[in-house]
Amino acid sequence: MVNEASRGSAPVVGSSIPSAGRHWGRTFWQRAAPVVYGLIAGGVLLLVMGKNPIAFYWTTLESGLLTWSGLMQTIIRLAPLLLMSAGFIVAFQAGLWNIGGDGQFLLAAAVVAGLGAPALGVMPFWLVLPLLCVVGFLVGGAWTVVPSLMKAYYGMNEIITTLMMAFIGINLANILIKGPFLSHVTLVPQTDVIPWVYLLPFIPGTHIHVGIVIALVALVLVHFMQTRTSYGLRLRILGASPRAALHAGISVKRDIVTAFALSGGLIGLAAAVEVLGVWGYVRADWNPAFGMTLFAIVFLAGLDVLVVIPFVFFFAVIQIGGHEAARQAGLPNDFLLLLIGLILFFMVLTEWARTRGWLARLRGRHAGSMAAAAEEAAGDG
Amino acid sequence: MGSAFSSGSGSPDAVVLELRGITKVFPGVRANDHVDLLVRRGEVHCLLGENGAGKSTLMNVLAGIYMPDEGSIRIDGREVSISCPRDAIDLGVGMVHQHSSLIPDFTVLENLMLGRGEGWRLSTGRAQDGLKRLTTTLGVAVDPGAETGQLSLGQQQQVEIIKALWQGSRILILDEPTSMLTPKGIEDLERVLRQLKQQGLAVIFITHKLREAFAIGDRVSVLRQGRLQGTIDRETMKAASATEMQRLVVELMFPGEAETLAHVAELSDLSELGGGGRAATAGEPLLELHEVVVAGQRGEIGIVEAISLTIHAGEVLGVAGVDGNGQRPLAEAIVGQRPLAGGDVRLAGTSLRRLGIGARQRRGLRYVTDDRLGEGIVGSMSVALNLVSKRIGTAPFWVHGRTRPEVIAAHAEELVREYSVATPSIHTPAGSLSGGNIQKVIVARELSLDPKVVVFNKPTYGLDVKTTAAVRARIRGLVDGGAAGALLISTDLEELLALSDRVAVLSRGRLMGIVRNGPGAEQEIGALMIGGEHGE
Ligand SMILES: Nc1ncnc2c1ncn2[C@@H]1O[C@H](COP(=O)(O)OP(=O)(O)OP(=O)(O)O)[C@@H](O)[C@H]1O
Ligand SMILES: [Mg+2]
Repeated sequence: MVNEASRGSAPVVGSSIPSAGRHWGRTFWQRAAPVVYGLIAGGVLLLVMGKNPIAFYWTTLESGLLTWSGLMQTIIRLAPLLLMSAGFIVAFQAGLWNIGGDGQFLLAAAVVAGLGAPALGVMPFWLVLPLLCVVGFLVGGAWTVVPSLMKAYYGMNEIITTLMMAFIGINLANILIKGPFLSHVTLVPQTDVIPWVYLLPFIPGTHIHVGIVIALVALVLVHFMQTRTSYGLRLRILGASPRAALHAGISVKRDIVTAFALSGGLIGLAAAVEVLGVWGYVRADWNPAFGMTLFAIVFLAGLDVLVVIPFVFFFAVIQIGGHEAARQAGLPNDFLLLLIGLILFFMVLTEWARTRGWLARLRGRHAGSMAAAAEEAAGDG
Repeated sequence: MGSAFSSGSGSPDAVVLELRGITKVFPGVRANDHVDLLVRRGEVHCLLGENGAGKSTLMNVLAGIYMPDEGSIRIDGREVSISCPRDAIDLGVGMVHQHSSLIPDFTVLENLMLGRGEGWRLSTGRAQDGLKRLTTTLGVAVDPGAETGQLSLGQQQQVEIIKALWQGSRILILDEPTSMLTPKGIEDLERVLRQLKQQGLAVIFITHKLREAFAIGDRVSVLRQGRLQGTIDRETMKAASATEMQRLVVELMFPGEAETLAHVAELSDLSELGGGGRAATAGEPLLELHEVVVAGQRGEIGIVEAISLTIHAGEVLGVAGVDGNGQRPLAEAIVGQRPLAGGDVRLAGTSLRRLGIGARQRRGLRYVTDDRLGEGIVGSMSVALNLVSKRIGTAPFWVHGRTRPEVIAAHAEELVREYSVATPSIHTPAGSLSGGNIQKVIVARELSLDPKVVVFNKPTYGLDVKTTAAVRARIRGLVDGGAAGALLISTDLEELLALSDRVAVLSRGRLMGIVRNGPGAEQEIGALMIGGEHGE
């Protein structure tokens, strides 16, 4: 199903050497439909629970989007989410299942936060921030090396190895925070705090740190890489058909390792941006667990780093605004996860209908979609 | 599974199937344009047409894979709606697809049991009985426990036919079933089809080999650019001589070109084209194999055993043998897709042992694979990108890693024109082209940009007569310059005799001998092949 989603967009991707966004509008609405269905279903659920769905969604919208401070919060949250999405997309497009994003994120966050305060003592502050971003990138990337080598050289399933490495990474982050990086100033176990004056600067006239700029630049670079470079094409072939990649003489092993490292690196950069932009420290057992929801979202966006922006934005609005709405409605925060779950459910459903079901027949797309045909009968594709 | 050959109602030549005005439009192509087709009980109806004519599409409409945009289907005079493969199976339409639809990791029996009617509980015993009944009827031998991926392509095609019948077909569609078979295999298939005809089945048979069509077919219909060009009925086929038939059909397939194509179509003497006992003016050794040993993917030994061969500049070295006798492993070992278990391969004097696939390509070693969908192309990617997929990162298509879409597009436009690839545009996903046109893309990619040694594995499989001739002429043209050489693996003896200077015979991974092409070569090759089978 997951593959189906990416292949569903094949005509768009495949038909263009450079421009992936030709049918942008159509793709966007096609992909946005499940969101609408999900919200409707969530509304029904709210009604059943005796809450007013309109009020709930309105509060969500208002405090996540329509107030200046809410909007700023949303955009601030957007930065790490976008970087992390880009990280996942790089790997998934190459057919590499980097499931361990949360481990790469937390480990990078712990190292960045742990090194932050000491670094300020030994070098000029203008050097510290870029350096820490690089450190985050490197740590995140390094945490993929074991799974990627095992995958490249021994064909070991990366879903399992990245998951295991995530488990180790999350715990290692805690050990670091409670050990070498432990702050002696606070009571709760956490790293030393980087004074807020040394954190990422704000975009002038706002209280939004420049992380969002870093994220957008990174996204554009990834998009460029994917659509306009030989490396991007190699990864796409690898993702579409590893056998064809081998046949074409692509150095599959090298590309697996680099794509994985880039994926982990972007996720590590996401962590650095979040730590250096928002927190200034990391507390033990902190885990925002962005990874799991983002998986689904990047597929919803057809693994396109530009299409993913509105989706992640929407997700950020729900996270920020929904938090407030749930509080006001007296609902637990879990309701937000439920809502996201519903949306994902409809995503699966509409994708199925589009490629297989009656909807496809109705439009005769059943035929047009070569993926479906090839799968159903391995016909003359 | 019920009776496999439940006969239709009515008289012997009652119309079983009637297609009326079938139209199917894909983005940029009218694959079928108001096609009418009548198929009778107990007849083999041949469907001919150039690559991309719409044959497979029409059959896929019948098999429930595509919904037609217009038109109606009648089976036994009743109008039916076939909206998914299940409907087709329920109506007794079985199809053997152009590209294998078997699941390679499953055994023959498991593949068959995926068919219908097995209910919730799978009964191996019942299935085995059914299989035995079918294999005896058909007179073929199939090991029910063999993994289909391990069978030769010829055997796989037999399993596909059994699978189609297994589902209780009354109308059997065979889309290029003979493309992978040796002459012997084709004879077997002809026998099987005669059997089925007797039982009252209607068979629709797609092929590019005219001789086969005339031998097996009771009637012939020709498609061209999605339209039915004409049907030649039984009486005419009986009355006409082979040469007349050929003219008739070629005129329908390529109107106005019959004259120019007369010499290329298969019925004429192929040896005029090339090869055929040319003088032994071999140039420098280009590709040398010394005692090459290749192990199977699971470490089986003896897949390829100590083969030594030399291909000289200006030479086509043919490799004859029944498919599955080590041809593909040999080819893959040469181009680097499989490790050598022993021996050495040298290209222009340099050992390739330590070079990867890409490095070998850069030295001019090319490979036309016979697994076109599995590795030959990336179906979701455009024709243009597939045409450069083996040169990623190199100038002029990439400069400092940056893609130059205009250069790639220009290159693609040129090759598409040169090889007359039928595609709506160079941006069309390659996987949506017709089988023969995908093959053209692969051949075009491998032959462009200065190849030195090309390993061809069934280079003309699935190509129409005209394109086959063109590709053969290119293969000859490539080596006749004197700078390049070719290894030509084929199951088609005629092709080998038409193109090769020498023919090596491979049997069970062993080299049985090398025959210089010329008078009597065919008998010598035949003798070596038989010797191989009876060896051990
Ligand atoms: N799934 C598809 N999507 C888009 N176009 C398609 C699809 N399938 C076939 N076509 C187009 O329809 C036309 C007819 O294709 P078809 O496969 O029926 O040809 P064919 O007669 O079987 O040719 P061949 O002898 O090469 O197998 C071709 O131009 C092809 O590009
Ligand atoms: Mg076809």
